Amino acid sequence: MDAVLPQLITGLSIASILLLVALGLAIIYGTTGVINLAHGEFVMLGAYSAWMLQTVIGLGLLESLVIIFLMVALLGWLVERGVIRHLYKRPLDTILATWGIGVIAQQAIRLTAGGELRYVEMPSLLAGSVPIFGVETSLFRVFILVLAAALFGLTWYLMYRTDIGMKLRAITQNREMASCFGINSRRIYSLTFAYGAGLAGLAGALVSPLKSVSPEMGTTYVIDAFMVVVLGGVESLIGTIVSSAILGQLTGFLAFYSNDTMAKAVTLLAIVILIRFRPQGLFSKKVRA
Amino acid sequence: MTIKRRTFLKGSIAAGAFYASGFPHVWIKDHSQAYAADGEIKVGVLFSLTGTTGIIEESLNKATLLAIEEINDAGGINGMKIVPVVEDPASDPATFAEKARKLVLGDRCVSVFGSYTSASRKAVLPVFEKRKNLYWYPTLYEGRECSKNVIYTGAVPNQQQDEFVPWLFEKFGKRWYLIGSNYIYPKEENNYCKKLLAELGGEVVNEEYVPLGHSEFSSVINKFRNEKPDVIFSTVVGDSVVALHRQYRAAGLDPETMPMASLTTSENEVAAMGGDAAAGHFTSAPYFMVWESPENEAFVRAYRDRWGQDKVTHFVSEPSYFQVYMFKQAVEKLAPSDIAPDNIREAVKGVELTAPQGQVRLDPATLHTFLWPKIGVCKSDGQFEILKQSNEWLEPVPYKAYPNQVCTENGLSEV
Repeated sequence: MDAVLPQLITGLSIASILLLVALGLAIIYGTTGVINLAHGEFVMLGAYSAWMLQTVIGLGLLESLVIIFLMVALLGWLVERGVIRHLYKRPLDTILATWGIGVIAQQAIRLTAGGELRYVEMPSLLAGSVPIFGVETSLFRVFILVLAAALFGLTWYLMYRTDIGMKLRAITQNREMASCFGINSRRIYSLTFAYGAGLAGLAGALVSPLKSVSPEMGTTYVIDAFMVVVLGGVESLIGTIVSSAILGQLTGFLAFYSNDTMAKAVTLLAIVILIRFRPQGLFSKKVRA
Repeated sequence: MTIKRRTFLKGSIAAGAFYASGFPHVWIKDHSQAYAADGEIKVGVLFSLTGTTGIIEESLNKATLLAIEEINDAGGINGMKIVPVVEDPASDPATFAEKARKLVLGDRCVSVFGSYTSASRKAVLPVFEKRKNLYWYPTLYEGRECSKNVIYTGAVPNQQQDEFVPWLFEKFGKRWYLIGSNYIYPKEENNYCKKLLAELGGEVVNEEYVPLGHSEFSSVINKFRNEKPDVIFSTVVGDSVVALHRQYRAAGLDPETMPMASLTTSENEVAAMGGDAAAGHFTSAPYFMVWESPENEAFVRAYRDRWGQDKVTHFVSEPSYFQVYMFKQAVEKLAPSDIAPDNIREAVKGVELTAPQGQVRLDPATLHTFLWPKIGVCKSDGQFEILKQSNEWLEPVPYKAYPNQVCTENGLSEV
């Protein structure tokens, strides 16, 4: 019994990392319909930005978070302006285009920063551990959990309580109609894409002290992110957070009672079975079409 | 004037080659088919420069080229230059096989130095066995191989574990947790480790494997906390090893009471995870960069002068370096016309030399190498402190975990 509580906390921690990585993808995929295979590379670029700011300027991780968000968001914006916006009417082509952008990003990093594995120093403030209900938990993991929840809250607020969010939801329902009402859909899409990319960059920066930083690191994250979005249902922020929690707890417990190889296989199998019977995911919005 | 000089040079080179190759052989063997022609000996260098293992293999490529350059600068082998033919197999086993075929058949290399992963070695093996060529493999690996077309200069399980496991058992205790990446190498190492532990009266509290490239170790760390093993025996590889160490440290576990003992964490991995995360954990290997010997100091200095002052040498780059010198000693014994893979294999049997790690010897029966196992503890500056060195060189026994199989000079024999 004494193993359950630590494992619950571990599951929450895994879930918070999943949420962080998937949130950006959920927004981009859910609103613009672009299947962004370069999402993992935005995560990777965030991690490399953290590493670069630390080794070149000597800036700590906490101080660099805002800069990293802006840097990767700018990059996302450029990608949207330069490539994606020409492809909104050809959604299948976006798969190839974003995959190509991902490969370019990987190789660009390999050429400039080198292919060696890197790491980012953990902020000394958060290096210790705290007891939570008597369970020693890494302070940094708690920090990730809190930040993931805060970013989720911020995203929800942006989507449902601001002007931009309302316009975005209108475009998502019917782009042409929304444009007729005078909404500048191009600008909204660019901003959304930039915001999603920025979130991915933040995710990369935040996991970099716990995991290794390499040009190929994005590949695993993009798979995790798609699993979350597919399970939770596209266009549903609530779905994203619920499916992160389910996947986090499921992999955590399976890894504890069996092992990580098994956990990965069983989780994928469960998702395959689920989308066989519920292709729209756990949560889906009813839209009058 | 220039034309005259060129024709003169050509003539003298031809004459030189004639005398150097020895009178009778020139007529007996077809000159164009000889492996050593025009005072050159071609060898292949087959390490990935791109792809997932590109970074580590690049250091093996550099160590190999350094040795070749040193030998050539010192006059070559009996006056002949070694000419390296470098290929990039891009971390892909199928490309390894294709490039190996090109080096052996197209370039007619007399030997090829190459491979880091077991998968790539297994992929090229059929090429070398079919074409009766010779492959020089510098990496520590899982053993259980007895090819007559491979020279193995890295450690096999008994060479890394025979001293290490009893030492850890004595120092820390009998409850062990075995964790590895999910493929052949960790499973074979753990097989041997379990055998040693059974003899010592130890207990394996858990044995588990994580997917290659795995990076979320929080559940594993919960299991460490629950089981409280005395030793965590780790054969986790690649970027997973970085994640494991960093998360172990973030979780506040203490290497003093629950150290990780690894067969795969070299200076290279430590540089990737940061000295802080690695400090206090143990590694067993025949070579550490800090090893104090005149040969090692010369090796480290030459390596840094050639490739950059920030570069590290490690327990795979060192064999990559000394095996070229073993090749030299073997070829030196042969007349130029006798230089061929089969003859080199016979000549290299029993060859001894002082490598950076100490005096090494190629075992005639197994074609593996007698090495000097050492135990090191990592410090926060990213280097190791050597705590113990074996009193004698250790014999390679590639089938140690399988007592009914023995690798002999005539191949694998079942007892």
